[in-house]
Amino acid sequence: MTDWLSPDGWQAVALSLRVSFWATLLSLPLGVLVAVALARWSFPGKALLNGLVHLPLILPPVVTGYLLLLTFGRMGPVGGLLYDWFGITLAFRWTGAALAAAVMAFPLMVRAIRLAVEAVDPKLEEAASTLGASRPVVFLTVTLPLILPGVIAGAVLAFAKAMGEFGATITFVSNIPGQTQTLPSAIYAFLQVPGGDASAFRLVVISIVLAMGALVLSEWLARRVVVR
Amino acid sequence: MSLSVSLSHRFAGFQLEVDFTAPPGLTCLFGRSGSGKTTVINAVAGLIRPDRAQITLDGVALHDLPPHQRRVGYVFQDARLFPHMTVAQNLTYGARVRRLPLTGFDRIVSLLGIGALLDRRPASLSGGEKSRVAIGRALLSGPRILLMDEPFAALDEARKAEILPYVEALRDQMGLPILYVSHSLPEVARLATTIAVIDAGRLVAFGPAASVLSDPATAPLMGLAEAGAILTARIAAHEADGLTRLDTGAGPLWLPRLAGVPGARVRIRIAAQDVILSRTRPTGLSALNILPCQVTAVQDGRGPGVLVQLDLGGEALLARVTRRSAQALGIAPGIAVFAVVKTVAVAQGDVGAAEGSAIG
Repeated sequence: MTDWLSPDGWQAVALSLRVSFWATLLSLPLGVLVAVALARWSFPGKALLNGLVHLPLILPPVVTGYLLLLTFGRMGPVGGLLYDWFGITLAFRWTGAALAAAVMAFPLMVRAIRLAVEAVDPKLEEAASTLGASRPVVFLTVTLPLILPGVIAGAVLAFAKAMGEFGATITFVSNIPGQTQTLPSAIYAFLQVPGGDASAFRLVVISIVLAMGALVLSEWLARRVVVR
Repeated sequence: MSLSVSLSHRFAGFQLEVDFTAPPGLTCLFGRSGSGKTTVINAVAGLIRPDRAQITLDGVALHDLPPHQRRVGYVFQDARLFPHMTVAQNLTYGARVRRLPLTGFDRIVSLLGIGALLDRRPASLSGGEKSRVAIGRALLSGPRILLMDEPFAALDEARKAEILPYVEALRDQMGLPILYVSHSLPEVARLATTIAVIDAGRLVAFGPAASVLSDPATAPLMGLAEAGAILTARIAAHEADGLTRLDTGAGPLWLPRLAGVPGARVRIRIAAQDVILSRTRPTGLSALNILPCQVTAVQDGRGPGVLVQLDLGGEALLARVTRRSAQALGIAPGIAVFAVVKTVAVAQGDVGAAEGSAIG
């Protein structure tokens, strides 16, 4: 079985899963917060936030990756602080790949969750407040349970997007086997060498299986939540 | 147990200016759609912030508190049950988020007749069931006052007839002040202890239900076609031919069979247009109810009719007759007349429990 794919190939699959898992998990709370803010709150700079969130969807991924490099690279304003204060390096590391994947997947996640938030009747939240629930309690007991299918859908969508992220990742963290070579980077790398087609094709099959699996899982989770 | 409300709020082209102190019992805010009555109740709940508000309940200032600290039980027109919770979870929500002991659960569940629904989801309930669960949820949140905003407007007459006795029971048994918004005069006549009539953002009448409803000056504001006074009577006997005899201050009154036991006190609404006046005691008439009374006021309307207020052994009755008849009969304050009320004119829905009693 292991012979079916080269060690580099397996490494790329494992790395992609790890990168996507962390990218999704860590950006989810922020995604919910931003979705609620965009759907419900009015504050100065709302249009700016909305634009910023959606920017990775419109910009060429290379540009996003380059901007990440400028910002989070060792010499960048944020990357420099992270290194000086916490010793954290993102550029050319798998953590950087996770950041790039999270940023690229963020618009999809926020859109899915925002739709769910907009579908919640604010009158239910009003009713909860008259029954004695403070705003955080209203969110935890009424809003969050009602948007849960949307949150799951957003997370699965973000995970799938993170699995496939290529342009920003390769620009920000390059394509180092075992370090930053994710599934799409590996496919690209295999295609660059003579006779790599077969390996690339196997990774393509794995990509398709993982994507389909994610879709089925999200449908199943969403149905479970609705039935409950 | 009194609620004091003083608020003013400016909308686009509309100024709300309301000031009243509601005594214990059920206070109805009555008015047309858009008169500002829902704004008043929302201000009490804290769901809107009026330009100026002074709201105190039993000496506690509510106007500075956020909604969740006001301890108001709000029953919304559209029930607003939480779809992701069972009926039981909806009912206990208030006690859970307030960390209060759940008191009176069994009593309220049986009072509202919702014991069989506890495991169901709101989506599977009928309109009337939803309303009752919404009332239960508000009551079980430990409220100091109950706010009801046209809670049954979405129900048909049959469902409404089913649920109004529960509200009478709340009024008479829970000892909780109730602020009730309605634009249905029969509903107000049946439930209110006190009536506040709001028109275009102003309070145009305020007082005990019987006196506001029998005041010929305010009746036109409440809708002439439905104007009518309420009488409190005692069920004397259920007679063999299907009629119930009631004792009123002015003598016996026969109505189609009522639900109460003899001795129970009931409140009956008699529409002004169902009352006929006669100077002499009519004979050879099919109407059974001929009540001797005295004219206390005559209100000339814009149309061809006049409203006549009658004193009937201490209680007031309202009659609507044409101006021509009033002149022909010489109707004027002080004269004695006989009021004729057709037995079948009083609808079943216009008979309710009088306060301090319950229909058995």
